[in-house]
Amino acid sequence: MVGITSYGTYIPKYRIRADEIARIWGENAEAIKNGLGVYEKSVPDIDEDTATISVMCAREAVKRAEVSRNSIGAIFVGSESHPYAVKPTATIVGEALGINSFFHSADLEFACKAGTAGIQNCMAMVESGMIEYGLAIGADTSQGAPGDPLEYSASAGGAAFLIGNDGVIAEIRDTLSYTTDTPDFWRREGQPYPSHGGRFTGEPAYFRHVSTAAREIMERNNLKPEDFSHAVFHMPNGKFPVRVARMLGFDKKQIEQGLVVRYIGNTYSGSSLLGFCAVLDIAKPEDRILLTSFGSGAGSDAFIIEVREEINSIERNPTVWEKIKNGVYIDYGFYAKLRRKIRMG
Amino acid sequence: MRRVAVIGVGISRFGELWDMSFRDIVISAGTEAIEDANLEGREIEAMYVGNMSGGRFISQEHISALIADYSGLASINVPSVRVEAGDASGGVALKEAYISVASGIHDIVIAAGAEKVTDVGSASEIMDSTIDQEWEAFPGASLAGLYAMMARLHMHEYGSTEEDLAGISVKNHKNAVKNPKAQFRREIKVQDVLSSPYTAEPLKMLDTAPISDGASVLILAGEDVAGKYTDTPVFIDAIIQSSDFIALQSRESILEMKAVKTAVRKALRMSRCELNDVDVFELHDSFTITELLLYENIGLCRHGEGHMLVREGETEIDGRYPANPSGGLKACGHAVGATGIRQAGEIVLQLRGDASGRQVQAERGMAVNIGGTGATAVVSIFRR
Amino acid sequence: MLPRFWRKIRYRYNLIGTECTNCGKKFYPPRNLCPECRRKSRIAEVELGETGTVVSYTVIHDSSESYKLQKPYVVALIKLDSGPSVISQIVCNPDDIEIGTRVRAIFRKYGEDGEEGIIYYGTKFEPVI
Repeated sequence: MVGITSYGTYIPKYRIRADEIARIWGENAEAIKNGLGVYEKSVPDIDEDTATISVMCAREAVKRAEVSRNSIGAIFVGSESHPYAVKPTATIVGEALGINSFFHSADLEFACKAGTAGIQNCMAMVESGMIEYGLAIGADTSQGAPGDPLEYSASAGGAAFLIGNDGVIAEIRDTLSYTTDTPDFWRREGQPYPSHGGRFTGEPAYFRHVSTAAREIMERNNLKPEDFSHAVFHMPNGKFPVRVARMLGFDKKQIEQGLVVRYIGNTYSGSSLLGFCAVLDIAKPEDRILLTSFGSGAGSDAFIIEVREEINSIERNPTVWEKIKNGVYIDYGFYAKLRRKIRMG
Repeated sequence: MRRVAVIGVGISRFGELWDMSFRDIVISAGTEAIEDANLEGREIEAMYVGNMSGGRFISQEHISALIADYSGLASINVPSVRVEAGDASGGVALKEAYISVASGIHDIVIAAGAEKVTDVGSASEIMDSTIDQEWEAFPGASLAGLYAMMARLHMHEYGSTEEDLAGISVKNHKNAVKNPKAQFRREIKVQDVLSSPYTAEPLKMLDTAPISDGASVLILAGEDVAGKYTDTPVFIDAIIQSSDFIALQSRESILEMKAVKTAVRKALRMSRCELNDVDVFELHDSFTITELLLYENIGLCRHGEGHMLVREGETEIDGRYPANPSGGLKACGHAVGATGIRQAGEIVLQLRGDASGRQVQAERGMAVNIGGTGATAVVSIFRR
Repeated sequence: MLPRFWRKIRYRYNLIGTECTNCGKKFYPPRNLCPECRRKSRIAEVELGETGTVVSYTVIHDSSESYKLQKPYVVALIKLDSGPSVISQIVCNPDDIEIGTRVRAIFRKYGEDGEEGIIYYGTKFEPVI
């Protein structure tokens, strides 16, 4: 029975409020907060990047798991802000975890769903007996162009999952992916900031893929929204996941626990995963969770997860919501310096 | 082994010597020393030159050959050795020169030190090259940062203050007013030091010796020949070099400079005297805290009492342990490789009675030259 | 710089040092020769844990070009619970640190070899709250 043996999360400690960004650009903060559903977001420190975030959440997952490091047979890091275009973040994570060098690894890219794609890879490798445990990480330090709406939501964070079939705390009953060639949001090689299709990113992209994948996985497992205790959807902002939940028939209570975007923004490859970890933090045995990610370009990975007894014996503190609350607020000037938006010399 | 005397001293001006090249600076000090020793030049049998940064800053290796050449000694094929030991390069060059004469191999040699730092951009990075690059510099520590940590710990354990450290800077500036070769010859006040910007807390800009251009030269001669050239030979009773772990993290206590303690102990034994017999000191004040820690590690006071010596004025020119009558590195300027020789030169002038305006009544003097945070120490004791 | 940094990656990413099994002394940075035992040294790698106490620290204001975006920053001498001491940066507000503060190791970026060069990662510390 393949599933999650352990999980770890990392959220940088700096926060910037939507009010502060709106102040600089002369925009209406209240309108923005109401329109986007994002009040503040996380900001990485000057010496943090996707590799450091991946290492920190991976270390937490491994520590909580109490498994021998060398039994990790694969590492996949999904991100759209890998520090190197060529030289995988997964190699840095492997070295930083101190595991011996005989493991499969690669970096993955699929906009915001690269992390969940890594989970699927690990599941297959574990189930086939190729490896004992696999580590899948989704992490990002995304950037929004100055003055662009994305600046209010593009943030940083990551989550790591140890996938195995021994000592599983949450079984992954089924997983499904729905993929099409849809250019809703992209970044050309060498460009610092992404481009997007404005409102095109909504219905034909996010909503179509998330709802199709979610409906299909529920249907083929003969399940309905009321059979789930929680649902987590990819969170590009605070509005889309609420809307798609309603479209699918889930109520507000089911998605509340995972709705981390309002306070840390969109952590891209970490987005749905961090929301999912927030749910795991308080999940009880026999809870059933629907997790559906979305990556622009476009595609969705859906998972049906059933929580097991073993979840009570794993360390789940500090929780995601605790980490969210322990933020340090900064102003736009410091933010611009940290995100290297200031032209130096 | 025979006794070795200093028969000539030459010290260039220290400072930002824009109009002088490395060669020019060396010649100015060398000429002064040779004249002081009443030599023609042909008598020199070997040169030992302390220089830390030639290769890095003016891309010049093989400095030994360059200096011999421009000193007019390459024309008579005199051997030249370049010595590097961080900012103890001068002290170690003096030690090597001493050994070559004491052993009887040479009769008359030059011990020199020279540094040209103003031909390149950042002089502060020069001093950072004396710390462990992989394990101290890589994580972001600088030489100032390491000494700052020593200062902070001292303050925490013993109650010394930033005012105490400032007092050392003030003393050295006051002494330098009477030193025509010093870079800075004006007095400063404690308040000036305290309001100067922090470089690495709690150390501030005016706690830090400036890195300067400069050169110093000593002529050494065996006791049996010294009398031909001078009536006022000053003898080197002992010169001892010692080492310690290069990185602070490898030492048991960062306030204890074991290289200094060992070198002082051996130097006193070799000179057959006690610390109380020494009348004047030139101490390596790359930072004010360095001088304070030297008081404790030499044994002028116990660990934790260095700041009391400052408060009681015991290290002023008229105090019990006059320290840095020349103005020290702080006011003379720290011409890295030249410093060890300049310190020795000052002791010689003091013992000869030639340090007018800053004269200490002295029969014996001690110079302490340090490399980096104390991984190298050279202690020399001179006698009239 | 490249092979020189690479050689020590495992000792920078994690606090791994060496131990002389002859006398029991532990070293960080790792040493191939025990300064006490010299010829009698028997060296093995040892993990040094991730927690320690601040022995002393400073706030660097005057830094090299590569640290321009970070100054002022805290550099400290930390005594690890396992014995050896290490010089490292502490990620914190300078006011939040004092001699005796307990700290824990974290993974951060130390710098890079320009925009086109490799990135240097390593261990820094943060105060344990």
